[in-house]
Amino acid sequence: MAMIHLSSPHVAKANSTARVMQLVFLATLPALLAQTLFFGWGSLIQVLLACSLGLVFEALSLWLRKRPIIFFLKDGSALVTGILLGLALPPMAPWWVITVGMFSAIVIAKHLYGGLGNNPFNPAMIAYALLLISFPLEMTRWNSPFVLLGEGWAVPDFAQTLSFIFFSLEPALLDAYTGATPLEALRNRGALTTEEVWRQSAVLSEGVFAWYGVSAAWLMGGIFLIYRKIITWHVPFALLITLFVLSGLFYAGDPSSFADPFLHLGVGATMMGAFFIATDPVSCATSNRGKLIFGIGLGVLIYVIRTWGNYPDAVAFAVLLMNLAAPFIDQYTQPRSYGHTRARKGLKGD
Amino acid sequence: MSVDYRALSYEGLWKNNPALVQLLGLCPLLAVTGSVVNALGLGLATLVVLVGSNLTVSLFRHQVPEAVRLPIFVMIIAAFVTAIELLMQALTYELYLILGIFIPLIVTNCAIMGRADAFASKNPVSAAVTDGFMMGLGFAIVLVLLGGLREALGAGTLFSNMHLLLGAWAQDWEIVLVEGYRGFLFAALPPGAFVGLGLLIALKNLIDRRLHARKQPDSSAQSASSKRVRVTG
Repeated sequence: MAMIHLSSPHVAKANSTARVMQLVFLATLPALLAQTLFFGWGSLIQVLLACSLGLVFEALSLWLRKRPIIFFLKDGSALVTGILLGLALPPMAPWWVITVGMFSAIVIAKHLYGGLGNNPFNPAMIAYALLLISFPLEMTRWNSPFVLLGEGWAVPDFAQTLSFIFFSLEPALLDAYTGATPLEALRNRGALTTEEVWRQSAVLSEGVFAWYGVSAAWLMGGIFLIYRKIITWHVPFALLITLFVLSGLFYAGDPSSFADPFLHLGVGATMMGAFFIATDPVSCATSNRGKLIFGIGLGVLIYVIRTWGNYPDAVAFAVLLMNLAAPFIDQYTQPRSYGHTRARKGLKGD
Repeated sequence: MSVDYRALSYEGLWKNNPALVQLLGLCPLLAVTGSVVNALGLGLATLVVLVGSNLTVSLFRHQVPEAVRLPIFVMIIAAFVTAIELLMQALTYELYLILGIFIPLIVTNCAIMGRADAFASKNPVSAAVTDGFMMGLGFAIVLVLLGGLREALGAGTLFSNMHLLLGAWAQDWEIVLVEGYRGFLFAALPPGAFVGLGLLIALKNLIDRRLHARKQPDSSAQSASSKRVRVTG
């Protein structure tokens, strides 16, 4: 409890977009660190590449749209998009993948819709979905965590990673460093039960804690964002609880054909999506009740697409679908304004 | 009554283009423009149906009662579509298989119904035929442009498989733009068609605005984006 009494007016310093983006940037650092630790230098290089490309495309679009370039570059939104996309991509994806991705994120998903604040979809997720659909081979070649690469810290070293990303050298060697992610291992298990695939697949029995580590880092960053009031708890918690309950119900019913709830929370992009992607203030629902509905919808969609869909992870598709639904949710969750007996529902009242 | 052919051509090809301005017939436009040959095939089929239906509707415009005109138009259009479908089965069977359901679906193309109701049923035969031809040509040109754009981006080629439509002499028309192109699946899938069409519309609006600004250099600030003209309900 605060013991110092301050007299009114209690005016806090206004939050600028740039300040918000700086804090988000800060909150992604643990995940960047964890991903570099567990999967090698690739993620760091992808993030740097994505950020510089993001700035270039942002400046180019602003120049074409005759907007003040420096003013909008300084808000840092292109950098945050770059970081999120860079961390979502496979660490050793070739350079042109992230170039196409950043172009579609900044130019198509953001500036063609009118710039930051007018984009109906999350730019990073548009780019991810587009890349996943267009380049399935490159987008599913995820690094094996270091524990599976023999003794010690056997992740590919810096120079080797650079040559993979920029020169696409020795694809055969690249195969030695990549493998299925846990969600892919579960998806492509054939007739095996969950217990059998868990025992047989090294990525699940030994490697899965690398993904848990990265997810824990995202969770830390997310809690920091909630603590600094950059995001509210509604979307992430609604999402995580829905996903947990839903996967728990199916797991309790038939443990040999469904993955357990902790796996759903801990692998793939669940934590990143819950705290960093779904909470995007532009493309998310607005009111608190709306955010809860938004999060629940995300949780259901992620589970359904992961379990019965064609792609191993579902966060990008779920976020895009719920972004589409956000205006509709907003219309029906508009809070009652003071002095009115009931909320105005859409176009009915006057 | 004299017919202003120039005005009709300008309407159909540019100012009131069915695909870029009226945004009619989007379903086939988006579904079959994966390559130039598909786009050209459907564009030509639509063109023939549009000319035929405009001609017939205009011929019978004094006999058709107002209350039942739409069903009659649909039957006229359906008759032409059936003829085209049978022709394509006979002449370009492989292309017919590729285009599939979108050939019979020409019946539901609102551009055709729209021209029949809004223009052909009120105008003499020569004007109606010109209008049908120009509208169909405008539609086909946009279809081919979009097909070319998506084929170039999606597969890195242009004019591949043209022999399916034009016969053996078009066998080696295929131009490979980039050797060893990996393919960009997004452009070949329907979302790519939406984005491509959006870019074409933006390009048209940009050209319109430039032309307008050149005409009146002092009023460059006012927007001159083309208005969408609804011709059907």
